[in-house]
Amino acid sequence: MSSRTGGRVRAPRLPSALGAFVRKELHHIVRDRQTLAILLLMPLVQVLLFGYALRTDVRDLRVAMVDPTPDVLTVRLRNRLESTPRFRVVSTATSTALLEDQFQRRVADVALVLPTSFADGLARGDRTPVLLVTDASDPNSGTTMQSYVRAALADFESDLSAPGRGPVRIQVASRMRYNPTLESANLFVPGLIALVLTLVSALMTAISLSREKEQGTLEVLLVSPLRPWQIIVGKVLPYLALGFAITCLVLLAARVVFAVPLRGSLTLLLAESVLYTIVSLSLGVLVAARTTSQRAAMLGALVGTMMPTALLSGMIFPISSMPGWLRPITNVVPARWFIVIARGIMLKGAGLGILWHETLVLAGMALLLLVAATRSFHARLD
Amino acid sequence: MTVSPDHGHAIEVRGLTRRFGTFTAVDAITFDVAAGEVFGFLGANGAGKTTAIRMLIGLLAPSAGSARVAGFDVSTEAEQVKRNIGYMSQRFSLYEDLTVRENITLYGGIYGLSDGAIAERMASLVERLDLGRDLDTRVKSIPLGWKQKLAFSVAVLHDPKVVFLDEPTGGVDPITRRQFWELIYATAEQGTTVFVTTHYMDEAEYCDRVSIMVDGRIAALGTPAELKARFGGETIDDVFVRLARPGAAA
Repeated sequence: MSSRTGGRVRAPRLPSALGAFVRKELHHIVRDRQTLAILLLMPLVQVLLFGYALRTDVRDLRVAMVDPTPDVLTVRLRNRLESTPRFRVVSTATSTALLEDQFQRRVADVALVLPTSFADGLARGDRTPVLLVTDASDPNSGTTMQSYVRAALADFESDLSAPGRGPVRIQVASRMRYNPTLESANLFVPGLIALVLTLVSALMTAISLSREKEQGTLEVLLVSPLRPWQIIVGKVLPYLALGFAITCLVLLAARVVFAVPLRGSLTLLLAESVLYTIVSLSLGVLVAARTTSQRAAMLGALVGTMMPTALLSGMIFPISSMPGWLRPITNVVPARWFIVIARGIMLKGAGLGILWHETLVLAGMALLLLVAATRSFHARLD
Repeated sequence: MTVSPDHGHAIEVRGLTRRFGTFTAVDAITFDVAAGEVFGFLGANGAGKTTAIRMLIGLLAPSAGSARVAGFDVSTEAEQVKRNIGYMSQRFSLYEDLTVRENITLYGGIYGLSDGAIAERMASLVERLDLGRDLDTRVKSIPLGWKQKLAFSVAVLHDPKVVFLDEPTGGVDPITRRQFWELIYATAEQGTTVFVTTHYMDEAEYCDRVSIMVDGRIAALGTPAELKARFGGETIDDVFVRLARPGAAA
């Protein structure tokens, strides 16, 4: 007996036990080169994809002008449109006769039809009607194009309105308020961070935890003196670090490639990202606890976290344009809150004073899910 | 086999029961295992072996009855139980993508061994298993027989009072099994109690005592010689077939 007492395990020294576990987890991540490469490269590819391919803003808008009575003012309007790189006036006609043909041959996207004596009407201060015809075969870009021209017209009007004269008649679409150049990259990048963080944290944690379950190593861990929360923390910490690195990478890429602004505090943004990562990680742990195979865990994480993040967070489809019954449901999607926070910080320069409500919701979710995730481990024992 | 002077039994089981709904997987089993003993826990698939072992190692709460392992109650002192036992599951329990050294360091760390103690034990383990050249090889590329011996050595790395082996020799050749049992004996000689389940009846003959579980109850318990005498068989295999056959009364 005496030969054994020297090495008898007493209380496991927490830092070293947890440290050993975290080191092992890092080994797993680094050893799996393929997955690691995908995890690091995918966000970059996505930044480029979302930035270039999926943009909903429209460039090089071809405008067909119909101006029955050309004069100084209409030429000025025309020049104004041409002076921005967004518009290209492809034709100026005195009648609408050619328009149908132009649309059909797809040489024009928008037709701006001025009334006869446009200048006179304006001079009198009348409500001067202007017809805006848009090729709306793609409804999304149709709406966008229309709002661009409206915006240009509004600008033109305010130019004309000398102080104390002429009322403003056209409203500017409110969507442009914080994104005056209508760069869709600006809107996508915060959503992209959410998507990538969800992927790394929820999906990867779910897979790696269910792998241990499948291979039987989790059972050995549960029999060891490690407490369930230590196992969870050990699992989660390396992915938290990975998520943090990837967030920085996406921000950097967005800045370098698309000059996406960061108007608020970087520290706050990173802190909020960590908070969101904790929420996603807990979801991953929960998914793994409820499933029995890696494949099921992967599906569960995809359906349970990735899909809501992509579809219901307002990342791509604005929540305000969802049907009424669906809108309340988006409230339980963590990414919905994170995207509001990230957009607020990046595009509006908002601070915690404005975003405390959303932050509180996220923090509440994090707490709730962490407790649930730890519980789900205990539950296995009964 | 040395019997520990401070307490007689490494495992004390009293009326241990586990029900899943209306199904009783383990039905009020009672037995003791002496310290330093090699105890064979036999039973057909579905007899309740795995359920019983899971209760003893604290993975499953008993529905009724009690069990003390290494002097601690599994229901109320699960943490102390965990610190004093080792466990090798029937599924391979090392990390395949880690090296031999990393696996040893990991489990040493989890059981709270100091770096010095880990290095010391690693050295003796490497010598015993002749693993010197493979220390930095990933576990997935060493032969199955060695993997199993390594898994066992890792399970007793922290010198547990009791080690539970759940079908440790599944799928390995007879020679490796023989070597594996030499490791088991060496461990038992140092005072560690070995609780082992197996499907191989020849292995049952190696145990100090065996129990045979049938339908959630312990149908027989004793030394291999006793059981063969009592149930009239040439081998433990004969005894097992007699007891475990459907309709056989214990």
